[in-house]
Amino acid sequence: MSEYLIRAKGIKKHFPIHDGIFSRTVGHVKAVDGVSIDIKKGEIFGLVGESGCGKSTTGRTLINLIEPTAGSVTFEGKVIYDVENKIAVSTKDMQALRRDIQMIFQDPYASLDPRMTVGEIVSEGIVKHKMAKKKEAIKKSMELLELCGLRGSNVNKYPHEFSGGQRQRIGIARALALNPKFIVADEPIAALDVSIQSQVLLLMQELKKKLGLTYLFISHDLGIVKYFCDRIGVMYLGNIVEQGTSEQLFSNPLHPYTKSLLSAVPKTHPREVRERIILKGDVPSPSSHFEGCKFYSRCAYAKEICNREIPELKEIEKDHLVSCHLVGSGGEL
Amino acid sequence: MSLENSVKSQSPWQIGFKRLKKNRLAMIGFTLLCIVVIISVFAPLITRYDRDAIDTLNSYQKPSAEHWLGTDELGRDTFTRLLYGGRISLSVGLVSTSIAVLIGVTLGTTGGYHGGYIDNIIMRIVDVFMCFPFFLIAIVVAAILGPSIWNVMIISGILGWTGIARIVRAEVLSIKEREFIEAARALGLNSKDIIIKHIIPNIMAPIIVYATLGIARGILSEAGLSFLGLGVKPPTPSWGNMLAAAQSMRSLRLHWWLWIPPGCLVFFMILSINFLGDGLRDALDPKLKQ
Repeated sequence: MSEYLIRAKGIKKHFPIHDGIFSRTVGHVKAVDGVSIDIKKGEIFGLVGESGCGKSTTGRTLINLIEPTAGSVTFEGKVIYDVENKIAVSTKDMQALRRDIQMIFQDPYASLDPRMTVGEIVSEGIVKHKMAKKKEAIKKSMELLELCGLRGSNVNKYPHEFSGGQRQRIGIARALALNPKFIVADEPIAALDVSIQSQVLLLMQELKKKLGLTYLFISHDLGIVKYFCDRIGVMYLGNIVEQGTSEQLFSNPLHPYTKSLLSAVPKTHPREVRERIILKGDVPSPSSHFEGCKFYSRCAYAKEICNREIPELKEIEKDHLVSCHLVGSGGEL
Repeated sequence: MSLENSVKSQSPWQIGFKRLKKNRLAMIGFTLLCIVVIISVFAPLITRYDRDAIDTLNSYQKPSAEHWLGTDELGRDTFTRLLYGGRISLSVGLVSTSIAVLIGVTLGTTGGYHGGYIDNIIMRIVDVFMCFPFFLIAIVVAAILGPSIWNVMIISGILGWTGIARIVRAEVLSIKEREFIEAARALGLNSKDIIIKHIIPNIMAPIIVYATLGIARGILSEAGLSFLGLGVKPPTPSWGNMLAAAQSMRSLRLHWWLWIPPGCLVFFMILSINFLGDGLRDALDPKLKQ
């Protein structure tokens, strides 16, 4: 039980679609449609999937930054919310919990307040949670900046004076300021160029070792996720279709969607022979209604049952979960 | 490492005001405004006449070394009254704008940040207030409560907040979707902290621009109301009621020094405030670099 730091069960986030002069609700965009994730202490859990599949929304719903539609999340055995049983921590308790749960954002240009100095940005949480007085907090933020590979003397500068990679380090320093246990990293390297990406990743890895952190790492870069994460969940249209350790997933992908995703990773060797699986059609709208498997319309192996029944996430081998009718039930792909 | 030897750098505000300094029209406006403010505030030191001192033997004097801008029908020094009138006109502009900004920013941020039915209610109130014809309400209030400088300030403040509330709401709607607001929430800040620490500083530029232009509008409406006899009551001078006092055909033809100076002052004040406001808008707009 205590092995897991954060456990999410069936979390959903549906955004209503308003239309007409009276803005009636005409439907829902099911951005996250029943995701269950258990993240162990000290592990890096990767969440991959194409744009718009709900990775970021999952991360934000998980830490209660946006209000969930359904599901429950427990953090260190404490229930953060449980929509079905109408349990939710009070706003005050949630604010206290924020000390343990932090986030690193995708866009280093939008995630820092342009009107504040770097010192104010990094120390904001420290001051808010009364962990130190303002002056000490600024001193602490200098240490944090040094920890993240920036000069501490930068505290009086403004974000516009830094490059993207440096800004991302400031963002990381801000997340670390509260000594969190769990960090959601929402595509922290997507907006950076390749040489900076590895620096930031190494920094995150180093901090994890030093401070005993746990990450939820959201990304669409499979090559990075493979080496950076311990376990990986593959998302498609608001659901996790396959989940397993990094090795399981890359050496033995089972879900047809995972297979096609992996086939799209650029080859690392020119003579490497690999079949490229190209999916037909487009991603269906996340607001449409599905009777069966969401991947049915694009799956090359689809059978009749796939359009009728929603496949469940089954454990095929230890830690390796797949939601496909055709896997493990004798019907080999 | 100590805090003292850390690198100093320019805040976005400093950059904005540096840019403002390069705008010649805005600086001319700013200088004129400063001159008028200073001589109004230090009026007793600049003129040796009393504001309301009547000297009927010297009525309708032409401008001379004694009376720089002549005297009016009661022999009062026009220059002196112009200076004291400036106090009234400028303070009406300032106070009414402060009231408007206070109400507008509070309601605009509340509506914009919280959204939903709170926003709906506030914006409908704005719509209702926008339907009120300014002069009609002003005349009714002045008729009921009697004309006074305070009534002018309150009326133009209470009827003037709608524009700024709309601007502020629109700005808040775009700012609150930025990631740094979400980051602040992730740090555990509540809505009040976020509005005061992150949202207001980021929408300060349009508020400043609007407030500057609002002062000009306040001065104009004071002049208009006083001209109609509904604003500042004589013998207290204001630029508007000095104009009103000189509206007889005889004065218009023979005593130009009674109406040209206050008219010009209103004109140049509004013009310089508008120049300054435009300059501020250009200088503080983050989208315009250099």
